Amino acid sequence: MQKLDYLKETPSQTAGPYVHIGLTPNALGIPGIYPVDLGRSPVRDGARGERITITGRVIDGAGMVLRDALFETWQADADGIYPGNDPRGAADPNVTGWARVAADFDTGIWRLDTIKPGRVPFPDGRPMAPHINVWLVARGVNLGLQTRICFDDEEQANAECPVLTRIEHKARIPTLLAKKTGPGEYSFDFRLQGEDETVFFDI
Amino acid sequence: MTLSNSIDRGPLFFRDRDWHPAAYTPGYKTSMTRAPFRPLVSLGSTLSEETGPAFGHSMIGELDNNLIMNFTGQPAIGERIIMHGRVLDENGRGVPNTLVEIWQANAGGRYRHKKDGYQAPLDPNFGGCGRTLTGPDGAYEFLTVRPGAYPWPNHVNSWRPMHIHISVFGSGFGQRLITQMYFEGDPLIAKCPIVNTIGQENAIEALVAPLDMNRAIPMDCLAYKFDIVLRGRRQSFFENRTEGL
Repeated sequence: MQKLDYLKETPSQTAGPYVHIGLTPNALGIPGIYPVDLGRSPVRDGARGERITITGRVIDGAGMVLRDALFETWQADADGIYPGNDPRGAADPNVTGWARVAADFDTGIWRLDTIKPGRVPFPDGRPMAPHINVWLVARGVNLGLQTRICFDDEEQANAECPVLTRIEHKARIPTLLAKKTGPGEYSFDFRLQGEDETVFFDI
Repeated sequence: MTLSNSIDRGPLFFRDRDWHPAAYTPGYKTSMTRAPFRPLVSLGSTLSEETGPAFGHSMIGELDNNLIMNFTGQPAIGERIIMHGRVLDENGRGVPNTLVEIWQANAGGRYRHKKDGYQAPLDPNFGGCGRTLTGPDGAYEFLTVRPGAYPWPNHVNSWRPMHIHISVFGSGFGQRLITQMYFEGDPLIAKCPIVNTIGQENAIEALVAPLDMNRAIPMDCLAYKFDIVLRGRRQSFFENRTEGL
């Protein structure tokens, strides 16, 4: 038999307790190496679409709020086009789409200022609900957790979303919905384990 | 639309989650309350994971990949090493222009972080982070000092092996990966609860960088070689996709 000669993906390891040294050194208090930390905002002034702010926490299986969690977000522009390498064309030039979000070192509360993304097609062409893709790492997390933030005021889009409707346990869908708390304001907690555990995906 | 971009658009290879560490690994205590208990929902990649952020060479400073000099401009103390290799995908192709970020403790095993209270002193000339973009063939290189081992509160007497943390992007957000590089011959590797979250011996071997005398510079520094492999992409024309996607 011939040899199947694919390489194996490099195995993951936890980001550990000091991930901010590498990814957000200025925010941590290590200035002078990089002029600015990367991924401070996924949008620039002038980005089209509805400005929104999402705030929340990352909570472990014992109910403790993580203060060492860090996640990255990746989203489309208001028309549902991804910046950079979307085969359908160019995105809003004021949307970079990518952000690094660190929990506050003291309170554990995080905040993301962005625009609400448009709908992106699933591989079969059906539109997915507006969503922000999340990749979350922290001490104790051996492989980055992949999930999505959707929006509880997008009832119609959520109801027909080919990703949300794939979730067999319907009671878990709300764990992916940011709750609208005011004009342009949402709250969203990641629950890593236990009751109301956030849905994480194998992508 | 360039040819290389069109090649990099296929669906991602599925992740082998028996090769990666499991989420719940009691030997590494912190994982016990931070591991999801419910099964992951299997999705497969969509445009949301097959696209990803791009970074430009303009954002990289001249000393960004030189951890010996990039903190104060005065040299850090420790064993001078080159860390180099290539970022590849599972098809064996180099991943060009992708961001590689590293962070590490100093030669004594102390991190420049307010939460690290280890008694080994900070090095006033060592910050501990670096970054670079891979070249056209996926190659990257850092100059740094070899980090020291350090103790951590897991078991009563747990010590991390010497390691450098690595963060890599690839061309799609679903390829995003953080890992750690270990050093050939370190006897602490086999004892480490974090290393041992990985179940397969050859997967652990994939994280151990060999000494590379060919890239060492005589009378200057030693070298270690570490290739990083990201998820591959299918390149078949026979994808079940709507025209124009």
